[in-house]
This record gives sequence, structure tokens and C-alpha cells, in this order.
Amino acid sequence: MSEPNISHYLCIGCPLGCRLEVEEDDSHDIVEVRGWSCKKGERYGREEHTDPRRMVSTTVRIEGAALARLPVKTADSVPKGEVQAVCEALRRLSVEGPVKMGDVVAADVAGTGVDVVATRSLG
Amino acid sequence: MITRRPSQIHSVYDVVVAGGGPAGLAAALGAREQGAERILVVDREPEAGGILWQCIHAGFGLHHFKEELTGPEYAQRYLEQVLENEIDVLTDTFVADISRDRRLKLMSGGDGIKAIAARSVVLGMGARERTRGAIRIPGTRPAGVMTAGLAQKMVNMHGYLPGKRVVILGSGDIGLIMARRLTLEGIEVAGVFEIMPHANGLSRNIVQCLHDFDIPLYLSHTVAEIHGRDRVEKVTVAPVDEKMRPIPGKGWDIECDTLLLSIGLIPENELSRQLNLRMDPVTSGPIVTSTMETSMDGVFAGGNVVHIHDLVDFVSQESLLAGRSAGLAVTGQRPPADNIRLSPGENVAYCVPHTISTDRPHTVYFRVRKPLEKCSIRFGDVLEKKLGYVFPAEMVTLKVQPKFLANFHGDALSVDVVPRD
Repeated sequence: MSEPNISHYLCIGCPLGCRLEVEEDDSHDIVEVRGWSCKKGERYGREEHTDPRRMVSTTVRIEGAALARLPVKTADSVPKGEVQAVCEALRRLSVEGPVKMGDVVAADVAGTGVDVVATRSLG
Repeated sequence: MITRRPSQIHSVYDVVVAGGGPAGLAAALGAREQGAERILVVDREPEAGGILWQCIHAGFGLHHFKEELTGPEYAQRYLEQVLENEIDVLTDTFVADISRDRRLKLMSGGDGIKAIAARSVVLGMGARERTRGAIRIPGTRPAGVMTAGLAQKMVNMHGYLPGKRVVILGSGDIGLIMARRLTLEGIEVAGVFEIMPHANGLSRNIVQCLHDFDIPLYLSHTVAEIHGRDRVEKVTVAPVDEKMRPIPGKGWDIECDTLLLSIGLIPENELSRQLNLRMDPVTSGPIVTSTMETSMDGVFAGGNVVHIHDLVDFVSQESLLAGRSAGLAVTGQRPPADNIRLSPGENVAYCVPHTISTDRPHTVYFRVRKPLEKCSIRFGDVLEKKLGYVFPAEMVTLKVQPKFLANFHGDALSVDVVPRD
């Protein structure tokens, strides 16, 4: 039998910041999540290990407005590995004011299937 | 910009609110709710909303709106509500002076100086960031040393990047958020240095702002010297001893062109001091009653000007109360005066409000001095509440119902946080 495959995570559920260990077997199935002090921690460890996702908030260039940048966010979370690609795609984007809060400024950003929306009205 | 210039500036208002950030906006709505008619919010920026506009990340509103919003979304929701309620918001204007009889001097580039009077005043000036001078970092004085919040405003609102290679001092949430923000904008963040043996920010930010981007966090380390003539060229960082002094000979240099400081906030109380309000030396804010009234009749305060909050939701909640009380003072419906003084006891740094009454429920906010697990809050001998953990970086909230005080006849209560056996 090979060495157990263990990954480490810091739980983000509360300020305790439990240090979690996720052990998986050779077929990458989770055997056990250890180190949590509540059920939220166990669930977080499982999700962070199998499918880590992040909300992305950044800004895009805006023309014809009182400010140079428009704050935006992904309407849903994207895979953690796609965060840089999302920001890269948005860096090339420029929108024309006025814009309303919630307007879609980029659909299906970087092929993630997730839209990017304005988080304020500006114009 | 979300703004509407008032059609005229009246000479007398029911309630004038100094500051249009989250505290001021909530206070104005509270005053309206309690029947105040003429309400004016004064803000020095071109648009009310305060720091929220530049805090483009999510994490706001979970308590208040029951959903996770970004800073701008939180600001816009509040600001639109204020404007819908026909509350006057005067931007680009500074409250230069408040007198003891509640006459205010307003100052702006367009209108010069204007004198107005108010039946009630709410102080909502918020806080400002501590700067290099507050911690006296040795070295030269080049460009490129700035607070994390200033860099945040430059990047998120005006579209300027502060430098190419950055070192961040302080692991408060703004510093961590900026480490991620700058990385996503293509700037190299060489590391975050924290003088305390523990991180100051939320573990969520440690993970999502530092770990996600392999940015190192050095605990018990500080910036010992700044180098560079015109622009920052490098900083010397070093581990610190138990008295938080850099250990000689253990430091090393990091080349960078920018040093960001995320080393805490100071309540902005120039107006409070001009008014000679009684101040709490621990919070650096005014001493307040359970209605958020300061030591001066008719002058109320809420939000970071009273004590530094971790969450904007609590700023809104506290300031809504300050505004409601300001409104009630105008309509002559003040609740009964407080009769119990709260005193911070074991492992409690401060309590807000400083006094409470026995006739109605109160929310008491306080901060502990050191972390504890499995502990109890003791509220004199009338109330005990068990907690799984407490941390200095996380404000503790305690609801006190009048029934707990029914058999209490003293005039002071000690608030203690003690370990459970």
C-alpha cells in the first residue's frame, strides 16, 4: 500500500481558522477530512479539495464617466484556476457610460459560462 | 455619480449629519424614520458613500441585506434609499466647525462658507488610516510609501497602479485585499509583513488573497528601514523580539518601489475634540449613551468615529440607532435616561455604549484583549453567555434584554470574558 495522499487547507468559516487535512486514496476519492471543529469545516475541506471556486471582483475601463474605472464582479463563482484568465480578459475590455448596476458588461467571460456584471451605476 | 444637489440650503435643519459614508447614510435614514423633516447629510467627496466605493470586493451586507454584496453595491443601495427619502445630500463640502449650540460652518469650493443650525447633529466622520508617522519607520522619505486604502482608491476608482513591486506592512484585511488586487493587476507583491505573532485579517482573506497567489506572510516581522532617494528602492525587513523591536543582524533587504501600510485605523474626531466631547482613551472616540448620544446634548455619533468596526453591517446598525435617537430628540420623544454604567473588566478592552438603561433591550459591542477558546461573557452577575472563541480582531456583540436587569439595582456593571473550566 502506498503512502496516504494528504492535502492541507485553512478553513475560512470563522476566525478559528482550523487547519484541515484531506486524505484521499489512490483513485482520488476522499477518505477523510480531519482537523475541523464544526461540520461547516468538514464541508469546506471537501469542496476546497474537489472543486475550489472563487467570486472575482475587479474593474474595467469606462469611457464617458466621472471615474476612470467601473467596478465589476462575476455573477457566479468561477473555478479557482480561471481567476487570472478572467482578469486578463477584462483588462482588454472598455465600456461606454452610462452603465447601470447589474448590467452585463461581459457575457461568458473567458469561456467560463459566467457573466460579468457592473457593481454600481456610473455615467 | 449618484448625487442630487439640494435645491436650496436652509438656515435651520432638524438633523445635520457630518459625513456621508455608511454611518452617515444610515443615520439620516434613522432620523427620517423617527419623523425628522429637514435632514442634511454633508460629505467632503463628490459623491456620498464613503470608503465603500473603493472596496470593490464582496463580503458586505451578510447581516443587513442577508446577501453578500460588494462595497459599491452596498453603498448604492443605501444612497438611493437616502435620495428616495428626500434627504438632502450636500457633497464636495466640509463641516469645518460645530459649536456647542449646534451651529455649523460648512465649507466648499463652490459656495465658500455657509452657516447653518441644527436641532440635532449626528457625527459620522468615520476613520482615517494610520500612516508611516504613526509607527515611525526609520529611513529616507522617498515617494512610494502610502496607505493600503489610498492605493485601493487609486487602482479601483482612478485607474492608476501605485508601482511595479510592492511590499505590504500589516496583515489587516485591507492589506490582504490589496495584495490580491495588485497581483490580479499584474503587480508583483513580494510579501506581507506582520509585527504580531498572528495575522490580523480574516482567515478567508489569508486563504483567498495570499495562499491562492503564493504570496508569503511573515509573522513577527516588520519593516525596519526604508531606502531610496526620490522613490522607494528597497526596504529592510526583520524579525522582531518579544518587545516588537527588530532583531539586529537578522534583517534582509527586499527590492521594491512601493511600500503599502495596512496598520490600523484612527477614528476621525477633530470635530468631536473641537466640541470638547468626553472621549474614551481606548476607542479614541466619544463616550456615548445607549441612544448613541455624546456628552453634549443633541449631538449623537455612530460608526467608526465611535469605535473601529470590522463589518460595515454593524456600522449601519449602530448609526441607524444614532439617527433614530437624533430624530426622537427633535420630536421631543427621548427615551428614559440611562442608569447603568458599563465598565470593561477582565479581558475586555472597551464597551460601546458606555451606559445602558433597564427599560428596553440594548446591543452592547465590545472587544477582547487576548484570544480565548471556550469562554463565557459575564455581564455583572445578571447574565452569562457561553462562546466557542473570542479574538481581538472580531468585535463581540451581546444583546441585553430588560428581563435580565429586572432585579438589578446597582449603577454599574462589569463586563468580563473568562475561561470556562
